[in-house]
Amino acid sequence: MSESRLRVSDNDGVTLIEFVDRNILDEANIQAINEEITGEIEKSATPKLLISFSNVDHLSSAALGALITINNKIKEKSGELHLANIDPQIYEVFMITRLNKLFNIHDTTDEARAAFAG
Amino acid sequence: MSEPNTQIEGGTPVELAHNREAIAALIDDLLNQAEESGFGSSAVFAIRLAIEEAITNAFEHGHEHLDDSLTIQVEHRITPSVFEIAVEDQGPGFAPEDLPDPTLLENLSKPSGRGVMLMKAYMSEVEFNTKGNRVRMRYYNPA
Repeated sequence: MSESRLRVSDNDGVTLIEFVDRNILDEANIQAINEEITGEIEKSATPKLLISFSNVDHLSSAALGALITINNKIKEKSGELHLANIDPQIYEVFMITRLNKLFNIHDTTDEARAAFAG
Repeated sequence: MSEPNTQIEGGTPVELAHNREAIAALIDDLLNQAEESGFGSSAVFAIRLAIEEAITNAFEHGHEHLDDSLTIQVEHRITPSVFEIAVEDQGPGFAPEDLPDPTLLENLSKPSGRGVMLMKAYMSEVEFNTKGNRVRMRYYNPA
């Protein structure tokens, strides 16, 4: 088992996920992140995940793909996914791909926490 | 239809193996050269994203059914006014014009298919050869 690429913490039923790496670009790294977050989703009947991008400078379309897969898995379990602290340059990637329409994106983790429904 | 020009006049070619350390080292080197040539942070962000997507496409799609030890060729030329890069794989090629639009509502939940559109969004020019196994991208420095 390789070293975790994530920092995971639970608070009031919401799982906060932060990235160790500044760049989320290569397939192997993204695959590891995907598997680790999938493990968190499987732990809960109705997962509530908050992913913070505060440390992230770069991501690739493969990383966006992993986020979409994660979002699909959470929706299958009627859970919720919120994203926060996205750098303006990376937010532009979400805008260009129109994934800002798919994801619930917030400026801060506090705003994201307040947005969870239940 | 004539063959699109995807050549780089006076470019420097590098053979690149499917190895993350080698890929990251090459990209870092190219981006350092871009910065030294006067490209700013938003240009470097754009170029990094486009190169990552092109190299990922070459290995993950171009070489999908081929020996993983095959290399790709990355050719570049960097001047203060333009960053040029071409990425060529040894695969059968593909038809970029046949890619579905990933921004359509019905495609938003699909996890793949955004690489080429991001390359086109972030670079000034993106040209594929007819076979579809080589792409040349240019970024003009807004001096």
